Amino acid sequence: MTLHDPAAHRPATPMPAPPIAMLAELTHRCPLSCPYCSNPMELTRKEAELDTETWLATFRQAAALGVLQLHLSGGEPASRPDLVALVAGAREAGLYTNLITSGIGLTDRRLRELDAAGLDHVQLSLQGTDAAMADAIGGYRGGFDRKIKVLGWIAEIGFPLTLNFVMHRRNLRQLPRALEMAIEYGARRIEVATVQFHGWAMANRASLMPTREQAREAGRIVAEARAALRGRLVIDYVPADYHARYPKPCMGGWGSTGLNVAPDGLVLPCHAAQTIPSLEFQSVRHAPLAEIWTEGPAFRAFRGTEWMKEPCSSCERKLVDFGGCRCQAMAIAGDPAAADPVCEKAPAHARLRDLTEDFTSDPDAPLVYRAFPAPARAG
Amino acid sequence: MTAAPAPAAEGAAPTLAPEAVPFLPRGVRLHFDTVRGAWVLLAPERALRLDTVGHAILSRIDGERSLGAIARDLAATFNAPFDQILADSAGYLSALLDRRVLELRP
Repeated sequence: MTLHDPAAHRPATPMPAPPIAMLAELTHRCPLSCPYCSNPMELTRKEAELDTETWLATFRQAAALGVLQLHLSGGEPASRPDLVALVAGAREAGLYTNLITSGIGLTDRRLRELDAAGLDHVQLSLQGTDAAMADAIGGYRGGFDRKIKVLGWIAEIGFPLTLNFVMHRRNLRQLPRALEMAIEYGARRIEVATVQFHGWAMANRASLMPTREQAREAGRIVAEARAALRGRLVIDYVPADYHARYPKPCMGGWGSTGLNVAPDGLVLPCHAAQTIPSLEFQSVRHAPLAEIWTEGPAFRAFRGTEWMKEPCSSCERKLVDFGGCRCQAMAIAGDPAAADPVCEKAPAHARLRDLTEDFTSDPDAPLVYRAFPAPARAG
Repeated sequence: MTAAPAPAAEGAAPTLAPEAVPFLPRGVRLHFDTVRGAWVLLAPERALRLDTVGHAILSRIDGERSLGAIARDLAATFNAPFDQILADSAGYLSALLDRRVLELRP
């Protein structure tokens, strides 16, 4: 470098805008064992989880950094005995608190304590719209009946409610009933999310991948319901991305709007980022959150557009979908800087098409349930 | 964070009568974002950044005043024509109603 090198007077990267949302994965423990769980195959054990004080310090740092919304998730966040204290502390820090729960582990009394602690909103997951489907998918007998009880308590207390319905080949036909349930239980929103193939869902692609016809039908049902329920129910829809032409704008751009904190304190740019072996993660136990967000190597790796290769770097959509999902590029193309293979311009797109065919060809493919430790995978 | 709401994309938003009394339902609140130096509307899974106009309208919503009363106040405060303010406020609030982050007293 010479004195006249203009780069010498420029910071290596511009200061990133602060994050808006933080997903706190309080624990990987969960009474359910959904085969599409987005938690990693290597689940973190209870002993390695952050303690109450460290979570609270992290929430305060997040608020100071610019985070507005805190999503308390897991695993099942109700598996943490200190959930009420965590919500109270997050509210004290000035954060909007959203509890993402299966409902299992919540009692009337605990919900009232959460209410008193200032919990802003509840998002409750539905694995199916009847006990037979929901309990088979969640792997937890009695789960559905319990959820219905919890929905009653939520309505009584008056928590704003979002239902989250993860759809896949086995339960997609229940979408119309899921929309009815949202209305019946007074939900303002429903997330209709076609299963995303990360974490445990990767091991279940052959049993969960919707067919092309199902994906099309879901799109039609959602469009009709949006028109019919306008002003009554907001429907957020995540289409089946293996059947799409363009990838989803993952995280709204890597390291641009949100971050995740795993149960052991590792800070991740997205929940599946640990599937990218070249990334190096830092923990809130060892570094300030602001430093991790701004300077952390995992966040810098795919922030902005510098890292892109063709066809992304010259693509007119590069600021629309940001090259798509880095974890999907890793999983299918074997390169986290490749174009998301969902994109029809991606070199690995043909391979994704073939995989989609394969994964929708066996109607009897068995489910692999989430478990500690991960079961040995066949093949 | 999404910007202040644009009028809903599909079809015309239902018109809001001047007698309507809007309120922010539980789980929706105004918040001053000290990091960005701006007002935001915090709602379930949403944070809407508010411009001056948006904040002026929303900060006058108390669950008691009607849209007409709010528009009169705004017209006086900003020395602007009432009819214009009423129409703009109605459009703005209709978009929020559609998103279920605003409700009307029965």
